[in-house]
Amino acid sequence: MSLDPATVRRIARLARIHVEDAEAAQLAGELNGILAWIEQLNEVDVEGIDPLTGAAQMAMRLRPDVVTDGGIPELVLGNAPDRAGAFYSVPKVVE
Amino acid sequence: MSYVIEGRDGPWELVIGLEVHAQVISKSKLFSGAATEFGAEPNTQVSFVDAAFPGMLPVINQECVAQAVRTGLGLGAQINLVSRFDRKNYFYADLPAGYQISQYAHPVVGAGSVEVELADGSTKRIGVTRLHLEQDAGKSLHDQHPTKSYIDLNRSGVALMEIVSEPDLRSPEEAGAYLRKMRTILRYLGTCDGNMEEGSMRADVNVSVRRHGEPFRTRCEVKNVNSVRFVMQAIEAEAARQVEVWESGGTVEQETRLFDPSRGETRSLRSKEDAHDYRYFPDPDLLPLVLDEAWVAGLRAGLPELPDAKRARFVVEHGLSPYDAAVLVADQETAAFYETVAAGRDAKLAANWMMGDFFAALNRTGRSIGDSPVSAAALGQLLDLLADRTINGRIAKEVFEAMVDTGEAPGSIVESKGLRQVTDTGAIDQAVDAVLTANPDKLAEYRGGKDKLFGFFVGQVMKAMAGKGNPALVNEALKQRLSA
Repeated sequence: MSLDPATVRRIARLARIHVEDAEAAQLAGELNGILAWIEQLNEVDVEGIDPLTGAAQMAMRLRPDVVTDGGIPELVLGNAPDRAGAFYSVPKVVE
Repeated sequence: MSYVIEGRDGPWELVIGLEVHAQVISKSKLFSGAATEFGAEPNTQVSFVDAAFPGMLPVINQECVAQAVRTGLGLGAQINLVSRFDRKNYFYADLPAGYQISQYAHPVVGAGSVEVELADGSTKRIGVTRLHLEQDAGKSLHDQHPTKSYIDLNRSGVALMEIVSEPDLRSPEEAGAYLRKMRTILRYLGTCDGNMEEGSMRADVNVSVRRHGEPFRTRCEVKNVNSVRFVMQAIEAEAARQVEVWESGGTVEQETRLFDPSRGETRSLRSKEDAHDYRYFPDPDLLPLVLDEAWVAGLRAGLPELPDAKRARFVVEHGLSPYDAAVLVADQETAAFYETVAAGRDAKLAANWMMGDFFAALNRTGRSIGDSPVSAAALGQLLDLLADRTINGRIAKEVFEAMVDTGEAPGSIVESKGLRQVTDTGAIDQAVDAVLTANPDKLAEYRGGKDKLFGFFVGQVMKAMAGKGNPALVNEALKQRLSA
């Protein structure tokens, strides 16, 4: 598997990371290096083995349905770059 | 007869699949302990987890899982004892984490089905592909400021069930029937309130068209439709648009569209470039969800009687037509009300009264079955008065109206208004004689062969008796005197 600069620009766009055209070629090289390393793992035969979903071989703990949190709007909004009353305020987003 | 769109060069068949997003009824959120109640002050039901503060870890709510499993059992679906959560990545202002925790590859519920009833009395089984748990997003308000959007995260992290149907639906009517049936089942189970106006149930509609016998063509997804009527309209509009595209030599592109109810049309929503590129991967914060078989069996044992079973029982036990039974089970409260009225009485008569005068009275007074002016017990007493012939059918309607207006018991209305039916044959004979004496010309016409006048005489006698005569006795007395 090998990434071309166009694919790198697309991945960057999906992640909302700004990449200059000049950087794309360099990034493609770095990412391809990482992918090549990952591809080594494909050499291991995993036929008939379930994918690992976590390092700890245990199931998820479930909590009871009780309200234990919330009611802290000032703390929640405390780091907001901009707010309007009790709302977060962001540049207009309408699709 | 199947539904088609008549194109310029022949008919087109519709292929429809629905994704229903149903908000789970629970006190707290799927992965946080913040409350879920609707209508709270903005951002007051938000924990650091829901606002995606760095380092906050999700812990799953057992009741939300139970609700998803109950729903799966109610849909006759496979329950997956091992499932998993994935991250669905996209950027939007009301999704603070930049991803939604969802179940992609391994949903908690697998294949099931729903039976829908259609207007022509037929039924159709619609496949359910899967049901998975996921987080709801926050709410954006775009109309409060010229250049800003306001964000309220109260809904962020509330549990949703996404219920995906097979592409088995073939008309707007079938889609509407499916949605209504799904809502009924969810309400019976108590797993979602099904309230589309408040947004606790929404639908994404997948539509494509094809010539009969063809494989599927490209589909488009109409997002976030929030009423049964709009779903049906959106399907019609989108299918008509696709027919036009194909017939004018174009190609329908797979894309997400939005339905505009005021214009009755769909329009393109997202640029195709980024559509559906969610880069799912297993959420490393969450271990696999493993369910205990005995726990699932316990949930199964606790399920209420579901609408299909109840309808079948009403048909067998109460002798109702499938249609009447379907109307009465459409809502759990109505079904319970009916069973109270029908218990130990003429079940068919009880159904007729509920679906006739009773529903009409609810409509007229703008009340629901929950705050009905006439209780099930009171309606039952009225039927008892009819059954023991204390009153006749016509008077019963009058008594019922008085019950609606005053809330009084039928027995006391009958007594206080003196509506008790007259079964004294002497009094009836007297009234018959008086009517015949007062109408010698009509009597002559009747004897001259004008049989239809019998009804006139019945009416006159009943009028003379203020409607309280026993109809059978009046008929009998009249027949006797007229043929004499």
